[in-house]
Amino acid sequence: MLELTPKKLSDRSTLRINPIKTCQPVGAMYAALGVHQCMPHSHGSQGCCSFHRMFLTRHFKDPAIASSSSFTEGASVFGGGSNLKTAIKNIFDIYDPEIIAVHTTCLSETIGDDLNGYIQDAKVPEGKLVVHTNTPSYVGSHITGYYNMIAGFIKYLSEATGEKNGKLALFPGFVNPGDMREMKRLMKLMGTEFIMLPDTSGVLDAPMTGNYTMYPKGGTSIPDIRDLGNCELTLGLGELTSEFPADFLEKKCKVPYKTLPLPIGVENTDAFIMALNQFSKNEVPYEIEEERGQLMDILLDSHQYTNNKTVAIFGDPDTVLGMAQIALEMGMIPKYMVTGTPGAAFERKANALLEKFGVEGCTAKQSGDLFELHQWIKNDPVDLLIGGTHGKQVARAEDIPLVRVGFPVIDRYVHSYMPIVGYKGAIRLAELILNALMDRQDRDCEDEDLEMVM
Amino acid sequence: MDSRDKVLDKYSSKIYKNRKEHVIEIEAGEPQVIAADTRAIPGIMTNRGCCYAGCKGVVIGPLKDVVNIVHGPIGCAYYTWGTRRNKAKSDESTKDFTQYSFSTDMQETDIVFGGEKKLRQAIKEAVEIFNPECIMISSTCPVGLIGDDIHAVAAEAEKMYGIKVLAFSCEGYKGVSQSGGHHIANNGLMKYIIGTGDAEPQKYSINLLGEYNIGGDGWEVERILKRIGYNVVSVMTGDGSYADLKNAHTADLNLVQCHRSINYIAEMMKTKYGMDWIKVNFIGLESIKSSLMDIATYFGDPALLARTEEVIAEELDEIEEGMAYYKSKLDGKKAAVYVGGSRTHHYINLLKYLGVDVILAGYEFGHRDDYEGRDVIPSIKIDADSKNIESITVTKDEANYKTFHTPEKIEELKAAGVPIEKYDGLWNDIAEGAIITDDFNHFETEEFLKELKPDIFFSGIKDKFIVQKSGVPSRQLHSYDYSGPYAGFRGALNFAKDITMATYTPVWNMVQAPWKSEPTLVGSLGGME
Repeated sequence: MLELTPKKLSDRSTLRINPIKTCQPVGAMYAALGVHQCMPHSHGSQGCCSFHRMFLTRHFKDPAIASSSSFTEGASVFGGGSNLKTAIKNIFDIYDPEIIAVHTTCLSETIGDDLNGYIQDAKVPEGKLVVHTNTPSYVGSHITGYYNMIAGFIKYLSEATGEKNGKLALFPGFVNPGDMREMKRLMKLMGTEFIMLPDTSGVLDAPMTGNYTMYPKGGTSIPDIRDLGNCELTLGLGELTSEFPADFLEKKCKVPYKTLPLPIGVENTDAFIMALNQFSKNEVPYEIEEERGQLMDILLDSHQYTNNKTVAIFGDPDTVLGMAQIALEMGMIPKYMVTGTPGAAFERKANALLEKFGVEGCTAKQSGDLFELHQWIKNDPVDLLIGGTHGKQVARAEDIPLVRVGFPVIDRYVHSYMPIVGYKGAIRLAELILNALMDRQDRDCEDEDLEMVM
Repeated sequence: MDSRDKVLDKYSSKIYKNRKEHVIEIEAGEPQVIAADTRAIPGIMTNRGCCYAGCKGVVIGPLKDVVNIVHGPIGCAYYTWGTRRNKAKSDESTKDFTQYSFSTDMQETDIVFGGEKKLRQAIKEAVEIFNPECIMISSTCPVGLIGDDIHAVAAEAEKMYGIKVLAFSCEGYKGVSQSGGHHIANNGLMKYIIGTGDAEPQKYSINLLGEYNIGGDGWEVERILKRIGYNVVSVMTGDGSYADLKNAHTADLNLVQCHRSINYIAEMMKTKYGMDWIKVNFIGLESIKSSLMDIATYFGDPALLARTEEVIAEELDEIEEGMAYYKSKLDGKKAAVYVGGSRTHHYINLLKYLGVDVILAGYEFGHRDDYEGRDVIPSIKIDADSKNIESITVTKDEANYKTFHTPEKIEELKAAGVPIEKYDGLWNDIAEGAIITDDFNHFETEEFLKELKPDIFFSGIKDKFIVQKSGVPSRQLHSYDYSGPYAGFRGALNFAKDITMATYTPVWNMVQAPWKSEPTLVGSLGGME
């Protein structure tokens, strides 16, 4: 496995090998699927749409619907206006969504298609909506596309009517439906009225009933998106993902905002609960206290199995930072933290974390890739890998256990239903990490050292 | 109104006019005409992919000793990394790069100022790190638009590093589906690789074309061919290599599995090297048997024929009991098959053998000849979208041209039923009354599911869960749901086992909650005791 990866690091400035990021449009498609009765629409060649639907379906093991402008060479020369016009008509005729959320591709961006103009000129049936965002694939990553699409919905729909609704606007970050459910549960327990955008729970984890429906029950409603402009405060979870739409909403509708790390681990969840407490002025209910206490219990009981274990964490920036936080809380050393998504803030935040916990000798890198991470590991190995499916090659090559967290996890089931956020999510992560490390101890030890009780 | 009309009637007049040519019901009598290989309608949720997917994703991606650099923004390289199950294995002399994804990861400045410099640097780095014998470059949408001359960069790199460097202009917007990409890939391999090796010809040697080793299919086919006594010179392209492909011209015969994606190479090799090709199908017992007999008949050696019969008997013996069991579980069921450009046809006889009738079928990107047979090729009008895909012409290579049989012998073999340069298409095996949907889309899938109620549905990942959520067992025939191989005798047994499992998994009996069908309020009336 990966035998051709040399141990010796070389000066590599251009060739990207085994990436930890993909392109903007798939993030936009994911965000749009978190809006109720929305058809995500890819304005480009049909291959993009096909690839993105496959990527999302493989991760969620659930249908990911989306349509395409199906560019041909002619459209690429003369512009995609007529394709989009036809597409909008056909989508409303055949699939009858409430809203179409258009995102662009590197193709339509390179030829400079004017989406604002096209959408203004499009024939949209009474009461139906078309919104768009620009998602050039050659800028940022899928994370960029995700927050651009959220901002796109706000740009077209959110309004400040002058009458506040008393609600919290919540941007959940690039997380699974299971995480969104957990965030909603915690907000309800805290008595917080909220509007969450997007909300893929009930869409990409919709139940099997024997009847397929193109638009399942989940997703943020259009009236709620409009009403975002009347929220008291925005809470953006995942600072590198949610600040952009939070700032956008503030500029458009004067909703002040606050950002926090994804609530992964103890202190990050504490910060989320404290923010909800300050917002709702409600006391923290016993149910949440109990969960937190259980988590404390578990981490104390098991700390000897995680203490000083080294871990390499790769994936999306906010997820990696959250996982580094919980790793540090468990006494582990996040030796390598790598994201493929560009942005210097990632390295700053990762280094601040290390400083906070007084840990040295770790490396954080933005715009990195798995090839380089593998080379680092070859030179100085770790006890554990945390990240998405693509890490399984490195895990196998170096015989290191892999805990699958984040995007994409395309080779396992159930993960998207289960949270990694909140105290409950931290309990789950503790179990995943402990099982990986302890199974390894059981597998590797001598017969006489196999412990019946651990 | 029949099912076809009921479904099509829901379209607006403009779409109806287009789709009615693509959706037909098989009737007895004259061969039917179907519209195929035309552009998808914007907004219709087609299952098709793009030109790049057909070129890099399908044809050149599996070549294991090639560093495939995708020139473009990151997505296209990312999505074709390890997602197609074209298994490959390295050996002492052949490197395997299929575990890697290589991209120039173009940024905004590259789009504005051009990406050639970046591509040159990426090639330099690939050479320094991996020292490959061959690099292939695939361009994605923006590259064609900004005018990067990837062919010039390739030529320059080839000279500079003394290795083979090929470029493929397979931008996603070209053509109408993956199909254009297959053609572009075929042209490149034919122009620059096939025929450049100097291996000694071997006895009874064949190339296996259009076999991508999904789930190990190619390995299973090779195992059988080697048992009989054939020498496999190259496989195009599953577990294939640049090293083998160079010598493909030394083989005696080309076997074509996936007609749609590779018939161009088969035809061009006939013209250039005189090599005959026959259409084979290693899926399904009857098809394998007749394909193996056709190959043996072509070579005409009585020992080879006897050995073929012996191997068939032994292989059948191994699986017969299992096949009979699964047939008893599947007999009488109805299936829908929607895949690719050849694969739908390949599975019809296997399903028939298991007692399963195909009532709904179609291709994602097939051409008319894949449906109606190659005889219609002269009458196919190529539209503007596909005219942009180059059709290259090759000429006789005097030094390497050889014919295995005289023209008279070829005619004799053809008359005896050996499918030399012959493919009769889906029509040859599909049952009367079946509905055929070309470039099938989400709407038609959903509607025909309701109308025709198949017991099992075969297609790809995008509609797998749509179908399953409707309550119909669904298996992917692109990826075999991470199972396989399905080719060969043993593969047929795997397939039968998998679809029996999909149909009978205990969950199907539990989908409906008891409170949906049973009373939920239970109590006794007061004073009855």
